[in-house]
Amino acid sequence: MKIPLSWLREFTPVPSDISTTDLESAFVNVGFEIESIDVVGTDLIGPLVVAQVKSIEQLEGLKKPIRYVGLDCGEGEVRFVICGATNFSVDDLVVAALPGAILPGDFAISARETYGKTSNGMICSAKELRISEDHAGIIVLAPGSASVGEDAISLLQIKDVIIDVSILADRGYALSARGLARELAASLGLPYADPAQSVLASKYAIGSAGVQAIIEDPTAVSVIYLRTITGFNTSAPTPIWMRRRIEKCGMRSISLAVDVTNYVMLELGQPLHAFDRDKIEGSLHIRRAGSDQSLVTLDGQTRKLNPDDLMVADDKSPLALAGTMGGANSEISERTNSLVIEAARFDPISVAKNSRRHKLSSEASRRFERAVDPSLAELSSARAVDLLIEFGGATHLSSAKAGEPKYAPIVEIDPHYASVLLGTEISLATVESKLTIVGCDIEKISDTVWRIDPPSWRHDLSAPADFVEEVARLVGFDAIPSRLPIGKQGARLSPTQQRRRAVSTSLANQGYTEVMSSPFVSPEQMQTLGFVGDRAKAFKLANPMSEDFPLLRTHLLPGMLTTLQRNLARGAKDVSIFEVGSVFRNTTELPVAADISTATRPSDSQLAAIYANVPYQPTQIAGVVAANAELAGWWGSGRKFDWSDAVAAARRIIEETGNTATIQASDFAPWHTGRCAELLVAGKAVAHAGELHPRVISALNLPDRTCAFVVLLSELPFHEVTRAAPVFSMPAALQDISLIVSAEVSSEAVIAALKSGAGELLESITLFDRYDQLGDGKVSLAFNLTFRAPDRTLTAAEVSAFREAAGAAAAAAVGATIRS
Amino acid sequence: MSLTSSSLVAAADLAIAAIQGAKDLEELKAVRIEHIGDRSDLAKANQSLATLPKEDRAEFGKIIGVERARVNTVYAAREVELEIERDRRILEEERVDVTLPGRRTSLGGLHPLTILTNEISDLFLGMGYQVEEGPELESEWLNFDALNMPVDHPARTMQDTFFVEPLTARLVLRTHTSPVQVRTMLRQAPPIYIICPGRTYRADELDATHTPVFGQVEGLVVDRGITMADLKGTLDHFAQAMFGPEVKTRLRPSFFPFTEPSAEVDFFFQGRWIEWGGCGMVNPKVLHAAGIDTQEFSGFAFGMGLERTLMVRHGISDMHDIVEGDLRFTRQFGTGLV
Repeated sequence: MKIPLSWLREFTPVPSDISTTDLESAFVNVGFEIESIDVVGTDLIGPLVVAQVKSIEQLEGLKKPIRYVGLDCGEGEVRFVICGATNFSVDDLVVAALPGAILPGDFAISARETYGKTSNGMICSAKELRISEDHAGIIVLAPGSASVGEDAISLLQIKDVIIDVSILADRGYALSARGLARELAASLGLPYADPAQSVLASKYAIGSAGVQAIIEDPTAVSVIYLRTITGFNTSAPTPIWMRRRIEKCGMRSISLAVDVTNYVMLELGQPLHAFDRDKIEGSLHIRRAGSDQSLVTLDGQTRKLNPDDLMVADDKSPLALAGTMGGANSEISERTNSLVIEAARFDPISVAKNSRRHKLSSEASRRFERAVDPSLAELSSARAVDLLIEFGGATHLSSAKAGEPKYAPIVEIDPHYASVLLGTEISLATVESKLTIVGCDIEKISDTVWRIDPPSWRHDLSAPADFVEEVARLVGFDAIPSRLPIGKQGARLSPTQQRRRAVSTSLANQGYTEVMSSPFVSPEQMQTLGFVGDRAKAFKLANPMSEDFPLLRTHLLPGMLTTLQRNLARGAKDVSIFEVGSVFRNTTELPVAADISTATRPSDSQLAAIYANVPYQPTQIAGVVAANAELAGWWGSGRKFDWSDAVAAARRIIEETGNTATIQASDFAPWHTGRCAELLVAGKAVAHAGELHPRVISALNLPDRTCAFVVLLSELPFHEVTRAAPVFSMPAALQDISLIVSAEVSSEAVIAALKSGAGELLESITLFDRYDQLGDGKVSLAFNLTFRAPDRTLTAAEVSAFREAAGAAAAAAVGATIRS
Repeated sequence: MSLTSSSLVAAADLAIAAIQGAKDLEELKAVRIEHIGDRSDLAKANQSLATLPKEDRAEFGKIIGVERARVNTVYAAREVELEIERDRRILEEERVDVTLPGRRTSLGGLHPLTILTNEISDLFLGMGYQVEEGPELESEWLNFDALNMPVDHPARTMQDTFFVEPLTARLVLRTHTSPVQVRTMLRQAPPIYIICPGRTYRADELDATHTPVFGQVEGLVVDRGITMADLKGTLDHFAQAMFGPEVKTRLRPSFFPFTEPSAEVDFFFQGRWIEWGGCGMVNPKVLHAAGIDTQEFSGFAFGMGLERTLMVRHGISDMHDIVEGDLRFTRQFGTGLV
């Protein structure tokens, strides 16, 4: 909220020489962030005077209207200036900058020749003086509001300090000069005069003559005051000081009646609404919209109403979205001389809902949402009537009231709790003085029991910790010492965390660079990659950042391929990237979530329901490679990373976690249907690896033969403590075997068959050669078999027999013939 | 050859001259065959000893032995000399330009956010904190309700939250890692010392300082006698570990529904105060929702943005660099070893 320092000074004597830095610290120290502090008017140098228009000569033959204006600047003789504005007439009071003046933007005023005349100064607009954004024309002052020749810099209160304070959600009272002055006074240790206390409301008697208020929904409003006034002078101007304060707070001056409601809101924090009394049928009702269909609000928009919207209505129709915005049908006009001023303490949640449903955040709703001081309905409405009588010549007809203000309950606290929670000794005297500054009334039952009556504007003070916070912020957090607590013994990373860190570091050390790609994907991306089944079942965001990317990733590849494209577009040649992250699949029925209280711990069954509502989100680790596996260089050409490197990378991740994979061919999208391996652990598919499908590669314009692997890291089993097998020192016996098999037979199947036949003394098996030029759909596979016995040197006859048995098993299982 | 003492000495002298004349190991080998091998004069003389009268055998045997030993000694020395010579020549021939760039695979790297998360995790593990994690797609109850942010709480609209369809399931992309705190408090009795690093989401447009998907680390301590002084000490320690031992912190009063008192924490770095995160004493209402006895236990919590920490610490001026996955940016950080 923007507030001029000059206004705050009305309620607390801030030293005249306070620096902006000290001013900022004063607010920050008590918990208010400062958006900006503007010292305004320093770039304006006079003479700037009030002048009366004596004559207007319209210059002819020019493209735009130009006037040659005679001004009485109180100098005894008429001064003539050129002016391009037309919103004034003879006898009007205007503001003139005389030669020698410097306007903001280093705009020096001097006598000059223009349009064949001598212009001896300038008539100023509000924008030229930088006092508001209003540039509809030059400033015209109300008759009698200033005298000719008067210094306009002081009249218009141009020099000031505008403080823009950001107000947190629990500090609604600070959206006012009253609240901010209180905080500033508390922070600087200055006296403070509460403007609400100088309002005398009792002089406006409650009676039946004016419009009456009827609360139909007591949950929506605790108290409402309506004050009916008559005889309002519709042509009465807003006093300059009031107008200037409104402008300095960043609002626009509109008319006296509207300005008074806004001024009182800015001063005290209570939003007011002014109705045209003649447009009200019967009484004003506070009720839900129910069957009301629509309302045209003051901004000209037709609002389709929700049955739960909180409304102010007369006997016949809705007149306003309560606490949010008035309706056009009861708006005051230039002819309104009988007004009803409404001041209510609306329920914050109801107004918040009004505001959210209609995407309508107004000065009023911002205050009501943060809860308004319930004592203000009476006082602020009386204050508005005071001003309308004083400046608008109005007469109070009668006031009406419904409901009663509801105040925050009295809270019992142990004042020692401040020391306990803050970790430093805070004397009871300090606790008392700080709470008193905040506005609390304290009744000391004993040394350990204080009954605290929080001030009417602090609905948020309801628990002992709330009062400790008040003490802490006024004492200052700097008073709290710094002490490092000792945590628990035995903290360590979980197996999952260790595993993620290990495999990530391993990939990085193998040349992959980690990326964190966007988890938001488009239906087109899903389609391009050919996702079906669970991977096509994405969660849809109700409010995505971009309508093009409304889905949550079901797989890491879409985002990673985008990252690959970005790197390629920026000129990268070799790209090997990996990512670890959660994926989200909308594969289970999502039940309607129940409302569960937070007053106590939920029951076990409620908790189980909460947890069950959250879908399982597996962790994938994936790599995408468009690069050389071995680099090219002065030594010769490199070797491209190919499908087998991808399979090896996936397998390596599985093996690094202590698992063993079996491999089978797969036609899983988005991989090449003939170059995709599925890796299984304990019979369950946990990874896919290989070359990407050529269609995907061309659709995304990726380098030929781009490869990828994806491992479901969270699905890899954990293991018990390793039981070490003995290492034997007897010599190993080596045998080679060469087999011819059909090209459709996987090497994995041949190895499995050899293993099954070779017997227990087989130590290892390595495929060392593959020859596919035999023709006839056959390939030759050559293996090293290593045998070792724990207790003796194997004889040639023994190992030869093992080899024969392995070959026989391969012949039986996969139709292999042994190549001689 | 006649077997005389002088002829034996002459044969040995001849052999030694040949050995010393050999220019390389090849020639030396030929010399060996001629002068030391079985068909050399000295070998033949040795073989003919048997034909000598018995009384002469000892004398000539001794002379032959002495001369052969003399030859062998010279031979061995020459062989070593020539081997050294040969090795030196080979090594010289095999000399390469060792400054040529070696055959190596590309260097990869971890994302700096991962490195930072690892570093923070290690720091707090050392202080006795467990590292806890939880789902990113989270129940509204855990993300908001349990943290004293009921459905209509204004703070809940303050945070522009991503909601997932259908809205009746009340699932959100978590706006902070606080639901992990709640899950931990519901699962485990105090004392609790945890940090919760992880990915979080808010509907902010990506610009130089914001990103809709970002990293957070939160801390939570619930134990007997925990005070705001403990919070300050922990934050000081954390800040100094991140930004250097001379770094100062300050707390500013603030408002969060889940802490009371609440504060913003700033740190003084390179001549200015920088906003770091939020913190406070855990609101007793939050402890109640988790079933923790507030008569016995109190706690503090804090939360920081990982990106902000990273940007300040490493002088990164544009969030895009962290988000876009350009390898030229990420590789600068290696795997985080220092």
